[in-house]
Amino acid sequence: MAAPKKGRRPTGAQGRPGRALAIILIAMVALTAGMFLSKQTTPRLGIDLAGGTSITLKAKSEPGKESAINETNMNTAVGIIDRRVNGLGVSEAEVQTQGRDHIIVNIPKGTNEQQAREQVGTTAQLYFRPVIAFADGSPAAPEGTPSPSPSASGSTAPKAGDGKTSPSATPSSSATSQGRALSEALKAPAAPTPSPSASESKKADDTKAPSPSASAPATGDEAAAAALQAKFAALDCNDPAQRAAAGQGAKPEEPMIACGQRGDAWGKWVLGPAQVNGQDVKEAKGQIDPQRGQWIVTMQFTDKGADKFAKITGELATKQMPQNQFAIVLDGKVISDPSVSQALTGGNAEISGGFTQQSAQDLGNMLSYGALPLSFSEDSVTTVTAALGGEQLKAGLIAGAIGLALVVIYLLMYYRGLAFIAIISLLVSAILTYTIMSLLGKGIGFALNLPAVCGAIVAIGITADSFIVYFERIRDEIREGRTLRPAVERAWPRARRTILVSDFVSFLAAAVLFIVTVGKVQGFAFTLGLTTLLDVVVVFLFTKPVMTLVARTNFFAGGHPWSGLDPKRLGAKPPLRRSRRTGSAPAPVDAKEA
Amino acid sequence: MSKLGDLGAKLYRGEVGYDFVGKRFLWYGVSILITITAIVALAVQGLNMGIEFKGGAVFTTPKTTVSVAAATEAAEKVSGHDAIVQELGTGGLRIQISGVDTGAATDIKQKLATDLKVDQAAINADLVGPSWGEQIANKAWTGLGIFMVLVVIYLAIAFEWRMAVAALIALIHDLTITVGVYALVGFEVTPGTVIGLLTILGYSLYDTVVVFDGLKEGSKDITKQTRWTYSEIANRSINGTLVRSINTTVVALLPVAALLFIGGGFLGAGMLNDISLSLFVGLAAGAYSSIFIATPLVVDLKEREPAMKALKKRVLAKRAAAAAKGESPDEGYDAEDEPQVVAQGRSGRRR
Repeated sequence: MAAPKKGRRPTGAQGRPGRALAIILIAMVALTAGMFLSKQTTPRLGIDLAGGTSITLKAKSEPGKESAINETNMNTAVGIIDRRVNGLGVSEAEVQTQGRDHIIVNIPKGTNEQQAREQVGTTAQLYFRPVIAFADGSPAAPEGTPSPSPSASGSTAPKAGDGKTSPSATPSSSATSQGRALSEALKAPAAPTPSPSASESKKADDTKAPSPSASAPATGDEAAAAALQAKFAALDCNDPAQRAAAGQGAKPEEPMIACGQRGDAWGKWVLGPAQVNGQDVKEAKGQIDPQRGQWIVTMQFTDKGADKFAKITGELATKQMPQNQFAIVLDGKVISDPSVSQALTGGNAEISGGFTQQSAQDLGNMLSYGALPLSFSEDSVTTVTAALGGEQLKAGLIAGAIGLALVVIYLLMYYRGLAFIAIISLLVSAILTYTIMSLLGKGIGFALNLPAVCGAIVAIGITADSFIVYFERIRDEIREGRTLRPAVERAWPRARRTILVSDFVSFLAAAVLFIVTVGKVQGFAFTLGLTTLLDVVVVFLFTKPVMTLVARTNFFAGGHPWSGLDPKRLGAKPPLRRSRRTGSAPAPVDAKEA
Repeated sequence: MSKLGDLGAKLYRGEVGYDFVGKRFLWYGVSILITITAIVALAVQGLNMGIEFKGGAVFTTPKTTVSVAAATEAAEKVSGHDAIVQELGTGGLRIQISGVDTGAATDIKQKLATDLKVDQAAINADLVGPSWGEQIANKAWTGLGIFMVLVVIYLAIAFEWRMAVAALIALIHDLTITVGVYALVGFEVTPGTVIGLLTILGYSLYDTVVVFDGLKEGSKDITKQTRWTYSEIANRSINGTLVRSINTTVVALLPVAALLFIGGGFLGAGMLNDISLSLFVGLAAGAYSSIFIATPLVVDLKEREPAMKALKKRVLAKRAAAAAKGESPDEGYDAEDEPQVVAQGRSGRRR
């Protein structure tokens, strides 16, 4: 904080107010400019005020598992979807069950609807399946180019991208030179080992017929394998319809074919039976690896999951490309296919290579929350108007304006000239809050609902509290007989302490609620924390410096009767104070005595 | 202003003041009474939970010309519960009504069809689950619990454990009163209410912390003097920060009162009413408890300390000695140094 550490000596603080004021002025200008540049001139409103999109999902009844659609599973699904669509928890989406087997998801206007629908729509089961074969997405004209770009096989392990038809495969020939996101090497404690050259013959074999490979004990007979192979050859993942259909209806215990995106292109896979499922993942998140400065996804498995994962990775590690990979399949779609270089025991693993922040966090989210107990289909998508209607917001804003006016009148009556400093400080605080909220609407999907609007109105009073604490301190110092300048400086360290301690308590409440809770409470906690922080910023960088400046003016330092700092009226010690409350204007007092 | 400033100065110097600490048992009694009322109301009446907590029914109508406001009114009249009405992209309405079960839903559907002039068969009725499931509410409670533990630890470090305990009791007191008022009045508990309640957390403690800060400063060198006992010093510091407490409370309550009486008053029951009522009650209770409950509790805890007992003994002995010498207890000092006597004399004025 730019506050004077020891404000005892008035001279010490003389040069500082300008600097602090400059900082806050620059911040305000920058925020306002940012707001206009990004064309986000109003805070995004929550669904209760602005309306939005309502998506109705229907739980799919799967043969033999009808009883899976029950209250517990539905509630679990609601929880998972809520975490998905709410992301940081400040976007004010609502999720609830409707009837026996529907879930309604309400998303406020201005959210990326497409993305939200995808997140909600891919309400799928998550499986880890071993890779049996891989090809790029086009239908299987067997003359597939052996993608000649011999990758400058770097530090991470580029995966054989084109496994299928390159009998002459150059060592780990990578399909795309960028090898983005696909070259994830599942990294164990050791550094990723570049996967050695694929043995060509084996690869060719695999693609011809998913041989009953060790990792995937073939459950189907020859005919089934052949059928799968035929389907695989015919599959065109560049066709959205085929893509969507590809992985549908695959049973976890059987091999399947699936599409997935690899970098900018589509790829297709033959996958073995599921070995680990989404419920086995305890937690996963995208984070930055400080040592290598790149984004990775860490996974933590449940005890049961850890055993299963150790077993499958142990098996996969002994294999060649591409069979040393496992695919993470979400709703029949491959979302990632890291390769394995050794058995991973202990229940922790990380996936690295070619992630962006976005892709790492997305994958982490999907791994964490992807394991829905049911699968859903989109029943209807419709726009909805605001549930509360404009009049509630209007009434709230009018009430806020009246409340603000009352506060201003009270402050003026009680603090007179000082009140102007409080009012301008409130204004600064309001500008900062408004611009930051507007910007956060775009930045992190922050949406302001009616409770938050109320919270902001209440914050007027709470912010004013800090000024009152400081002003009363100054007045106490004047009562001690000090003149204004030393009073302002002496009052500050004590007032600062009080303000910091009490703001810390408010902030603690906000932080705990933000971390522990979800949904609306989290959004509210965010608002509370933000206004508390801004309160501190405004008091330190604005109110205090302005007070220092103002103490130099005659009006205040001279104790003008209208300054609110008249030593006589405050009952300062040295000047005679037996004035016995002379008849001088007892008028405004009564308001206070009550 | 001048009279007020004068009062402020006298309060600051302890020339006048209300004997908060001396009369603490009166205020404890008042608080216990309120708390019992709140608990009884809660037990007997219970809380009126909104649709977000217990679910209800949702009716979807085909395209209709009836306005949202008219539909809301109709729905509320038909069902006797609060209704949330939204217009859909299709031109139809989605009407959510809390506290409706399957049996009542058919009945309501029928009446709605007549009121909204649409075909009954075209209205789709369905039960909705709570959007604010137990999960969210439970997590809010968990957060509350964790916060209380952390804040006690923090206050114990920043001040001392006695103050932390007193602050916690005051906080629980405020929350109980607020919830009790909800049970008594029968307002619907919505997410807004819960959020209002959670706001009280920070605010109630903010007030208490400001008072405690004054107390800590006032009692810094307490053992080095023999003029006042701890309780007298505590009383002085409450009075010294009284103006500040009143001002912060008034300023915080003004916007909330505006929300409650203007927002709520004009529109009738609604989100604004829910949130501002819980805030209003909570803030008022918070201001009251920080002065009348929290600090006296600290005194009760503190005066059990041997050091404070010894101090009290010394102070009283000194006063007795002074009295024996024939001096009035006041005389040895400036008048302003003796809070006890003056405080009693002036107390009537404060009330």
